[in-house]
Parts: sequence; structure tokens; C-alpha cells
Amino acid sequence: MNLLRILIILFLFQFKAYALIEVDITRGNLSPLPIAVSPLSSDQNSLDNFNKILNKKDIGSEISNIVENNLRQTGLFNPLEKDAFLQEPEIAHLKPRFEDWALIKAQALITGKVEIVDEKLRVEFRLWDVLAAKEMLALAFTTVPTNWRRVGHILSDKIYERLTGEKGYFDTRIIYVAEEGPKTKRIKKLAIMDQDGFNLKYLTLGNELVLTPRFNPTNQMVTYLSYFRNLPRVYLLDIETGEQEVVGDFPGMTFAPRFSPDGKKIIMSFAMDGNSDIYTMDLENRVVERITNHPSIDTSPSYSPDGKHIAFNSDRSKYQQIYVMRSDGSNVKRISFGNGLYGTPVWSPRGDLIAFTKLHKGKFYIGVMRTDGSGERLLTENFYQEAPSWSPNGRVLIFYRETKTNEKGEGFSAKLWSIDLTGYNERQVFTKTDASDPSWSSLLSN
Amino acid sequence: MYKNVAISTSFHLLIIILATFSLPFLIKKPIELPPIVSIELIQITDKTSIPFAPKAKKIIEKVKKKEEERIVSEQAPPKKIKKEKPDAVPLPDQKVEEVKKIEEKKQNPEKIETEIKQVSEFEKKELFDPNNIAALIDKSKENLAETNKTTKKITQSHDKNAEPSGLSLSEEDALKAQIFGCWSIPLGLPYNENLLVRIKLQLKPNGTVIKSEILDHARMNKPGQGFYKVLAESALRAIRLCQPLRVPTTGYERWKDLQLNFDAREMLEG
Repeated sequence: MNLLRILIILFLFQFKAYALIEVDITRGNLSPLPIAVSPLSSDQNSLDNFNKILNKKDIGSEISNIVENNLRQTGLFNPLEKDAFLQEPEIAHLKPRFEDWALIKAQALITGKVEIVDEKLRVEFRLWDVLAAKEMLALAFTTVPTNWRRVGHILSDKIYERLTGEKGYFDTRIIYVAEEGPKTKRIKKLAIMDQDGFNLKYLTLGNELVLTPRFNPTNQMVTYLSYFRNLPRVYLLDIETGEQEVVGDFPGMTFAPRFSPDGKKIIMSFAMDGNSDIYTMDLENRVVERITNHPSIDTSPSYSPDGKHIAFNSDRSKYQQIYVMRSDGSNVKRISFGNGLYGTPVWSPRGDLIAFTKLHKGKFYIGVMRTDGSGERLLTENFYQEAPSWSPNGRVLIFYRETKTNEKGEGFSAKLWSIDLTGYNERQVFTKTDASDPSWSSLLSN
Repeated sequence: MYKNVAISTSFHLLIIILATFSLPFLIKKPIELPPIVSIELIQITDKTSIPFAPKAKKIIEKVKKKEEERIVSEQAPPKKIKKEKPDAVPLPDQKVEEVKKIEEKKQNPEKIETEIKQVSEFEKKELFDPNNIAALIDKSKENLAETNKTTKKITQSHDKNAEPSGLSLSEEDALKAQIFGCWSIPLGLPYNENLLVRIKLQLKPNGTVIKSEILDHARMNKPGQGFYKVLAESALRAIRLCQPLRVPTTGYERWKDLQLNFDAREMLEG
């Protein structure tokens, strides 16, 4: 009887169940994320101390400007005008009024405090999700006051990482060849600067021609090529100490020494008996090993991040193309098959792509392709540009571009440029003089 | 005696009530599937292409004539005519192809207009052909099974056709367009990773979100899933920014629970 009742109730009260509606959202807004970078607040005592030590009146604003500039340069964020902010920095850092920040269309908010504690600079910052009204990240750093610019870069890295999911590239340096004078009598010096162009230092005097400086991926060492009495010589330079040593003199034309991922070897190409091949040198015992042995010209070797493969360019198929082989020189495979000439392959630190320079119909392109040669994408095109170098997160390329200084094509200027993998965010990197052959360091704060 | 009569009467009443309330729900209407969508689209195109000039009548007539001619000519291919014959029920392989074709059409609104007109005309003919009723019943069952098989695999757009309870195309488009504008896709994401964020929403009748739930929430806090977390957060921000969502004014029961699948691959690849 009970069963019958239940059946009757079920039949009488049956209702129509609706299936869950699913909607696919496959498009969105590609405009950069609106972010509010509030100036870092500080008390009067700290302000006086900063003024005394650093001769800076408002260090909080200066640090927030560094963060703002870094984020803007990525093309992924749109820092909002500070004039539009409705809340004072010190109050915002304690408890932001999210409605006020949402009103100016901010989706993320950065607040912070900077002070002097025991003669050290202490920075505290918070990253807020304005729409969810919650804190996303809170960190504090203590360092010597003169390090204030680096603190700005480290904050930028942490914010970038939290908002994009990948490591930042702001606390890094760029080494390049600074050039001055007419093209026929060019003075070339090694120069190093922060990635935003500040803290420029010259590392050589300009007496000798310097070429292709490359960072060691594991520390702040640099290898470069210099001509001493018209003979190519490979140097190692410790940037922290300024110590320099000669790795060796090599015969004939020597090109582009580059470190292996573990920093224990350098790989380069040089001409022996009129034939250019690829060689490695062990930095501990200085033993040179031949990697390729082919009558064609093999140059520009670059290791994969795991050290198992090497990309290089060769004209063994009549025209210059990119090849990949095992690090012992076996299993050589051509990976570029497009029209034009391909050169200067550089393996991404992420390991997924190879950047290259392409010359086709009188124009130079910087592009990327997968490590098997598929998915070739040309990111930028110009009259003359080459030597791409990856940011440590494998998202941005820096390269140099020569431009004619007037419409008649007279004179030229060489400058550093950066472009991200989307190909949309192309920017000139400010340098005091003309610049070429850039190389990007790994993160300093690793 | 009276007791027995009463029991018998009550049981009879019960059966009548059951039949009245439940039997209509058990009947599955044969094919109300893709043609419904196509008709809606045709109407929209017709409306939007009406000229407003004084000579509108003439132009409309001309256009109609042309369309009629076109439909007749497009219905001509022998393959389609074969379908009308009861013994020409397509083989399973052919049916899969047919289902796939319909899927393709949905992806391209321009194609839908002409192609689906054909299909709907055929379906109508088949439905109203009294000689083919038996064949049609069998076929509809098979077709339904086929459609179910494919919908299990793929997206909501198929479910939408299979389930009359879903959002209409225009309702779905309105909602999508609103969210497209609110969603800032994190541009730093790698295009080659499998990043699909599914968010289940509970909505108020005015489109305000009562509750939002990330369906793969556990993945957010796993190591090495930083990109997923970033994408999920951006999707949640989009929903909050868009509130109240542009939902239909009627049929709250249909859409009070809604699932949004955020997939940025298409944008990041392009």
C-alpha cells in the first residue's frame, strides 16, 4: 500500500527537469588588464631618512613608478592614471574601498608601505583583486636603501607572476655592444644596464672591437669575442667582480661563443683549414671538442635548455637554413624550410620555441618556430635587424635594428628593440648611444 | 459490495489521472531537432534584409521569387530525394556524416540559411508523408540515438538543439556578447596548453549571480597549474564585471543554473 502511495505521489508530482545549459565563451577582450598602482605610503620619519640617504623626497612614489612602467612595458597591463585615484595610499593599504577602485575600472590594485627599519629599507606590498574584493598576494622585503630600484623590479616580478602565471623578467640586466662614431671608424664598448635602461655601466674602454656578449644562464658571467691584434679571442668576464680572463685564441673567423645551460662549456664556431664548424670548449680543462664536421659553413650554435640538443645554421643544403642535432653532433635534422635565408637560431629558455632571423626579398624578419620547425611565425619585419635574445621567461625577445637616418638612406642608427610572442607589443629599449648584439641575463633574484 | 465498487472506482480514477498527467510526458516527439534552429535564423535574415525604400514591395517580391527559385533548385540533388524512400534509410556511417554536416553548418551562419532550409523542407515532407510513417518512426528513433551519441561528446550548441529547454540562439548570443566584452583574457597564457575553465552559476531572475563555482576547483591549487589559476580568476572577474548577466526575461527555471565554459585557446592561437 505504501509503495502504491509513493508511486502515486511520484506520478502526480512529477515535474519537468531542465538540462544544465552550457555556454562556451571562446572570445574575450584582448585589451590589457586595468590595474591601479597606488604610491607606496611612508611615515614622516622614513621620508626624512630617505631624503638624507638617497636624496629622494618621495621614495614610495618612485618605487611605484618603476612597477607601473614595468607593467606597462609588458603590454599585458594598463596602469591607470594616479589622478583618478579616490583613496589615499596609506588608507588603501590598510583596507581598500573596493567600490572606489571598481568605479575607476581597476580590476587589480597594488598598495604598499615603505619605511626605514634599523637603517634598512623595508617594503611591504599587497595585490588586491578589486572585483572579488580580496587579497591576492602580500609580501615584504628588507634590503639596503641603495637597492631601491631593484626592489621595484622584484615587486614587479611578483605581481607579474601572480597575475599571468609565469615568472617575470624585470629584475634582470641586458648586456650589449654600445657603438659610437661613424660607420667606418666605429668605437664599440661592452655596456650593461638594467632591463629598463637604468644603471648603465661600460665594461670595456673601446680600444678593441668587441662582439656578441652572451650571459651565462646560471650566474652573472659573460662570454664575448674581441679582436686583439686582429686575432679573435674569446673572453670570460665576471660582472660582479670585473675580473676578466682569456679563454683562448682561435684561428680564422670565430663566431658567437655561447654558454651551455649548465655554464660549464662554451659553444662556438670557428674556421679550421678554411672550413667553419662547431666546437665546444670545457671551461674547467679547456679541452676543445669538434661537434660538426661538414664541408659547409656551420655557425651560430645554441643549446636547448636541457642541454641535449643544439640548434645552428648551415648552408649544407645550398642555402643557409636552421638545423637541430643532438649535443654530440649526431642526428642532424633540417628544421627550416621556408623561402629565404635563416640564421642566428636561439633556443627559448622555456624550451618550446626557437627564435631566428630571416632574410627574404631584401627584408629582415625576427621570428619563432617550434623546435621541430613547425608553426613558423614572423614577429617583426624591417630593413635590417638581427641577433634575437630571449627574456628569462621565454616570452619577450630583444634584438637590434639598424635604420636609415634620413629618406635618402644616408647614415644609420642602431637601436635595441623588444617584441613579445604575440608580435603586437614592439618597443624600443632606451640606450644612451647606438647599440647592437643584446643579451638578456637570467633573473638576479633567483 | 459498495466497498468493492468504491475501490474499483478509485482505481479507475487513479488510472485516468495517471494517464492524463504522465502519458504526454512519455511521448517523445520524433524530430524537433535541428530544423527549429534553422527556421529561427531564416526569420532573422528575412527581417534584416527588408528594404525601406518606397519601391520595397517590388524588391521584396523579386527577392522572394529568387529565393523560391533557389530553394527549388537546391532541393534537386538526387541524394536528398533518395532519403524520402522508406527503404532508403541511411546506413549508420552515412548518418554519422549527416550529423557532422549539421554541426558544420552551425559553425557558419551564412551557410545555415540555405542548407538548413533544405533539411527542414525534407523533414517536413517526411513527417507529412502518410505512406512513410512506419519508416519515419524507426528512423527518428535511430536519428535520436545518433544525435545523443554525438551530443554526449561535444558542446552545448548540440545540447541546445537536442534540448528545447536550452537558450535560443539569440538569447545565447546576447549573453556571449556581454561576457566577451567583460573578459580580459590574460595574454601571457601559453596557447598550447589545455586550459578550459568551467564555471557553474546560480542566477537570480534579474541575472545577478547568487553563487559561482569553478568545477575543477582542485586544479587551481595544484603545483604547476599557475596558468589555470590565472585563467580561472580572469573568468570570475569577467562574470563579476558583467553582472547582472543578460539573461532572457522569461523562463527563469530554464536558466537559473547555467554553466559557462571559458576557453581562450582560439584567441591566443590567432
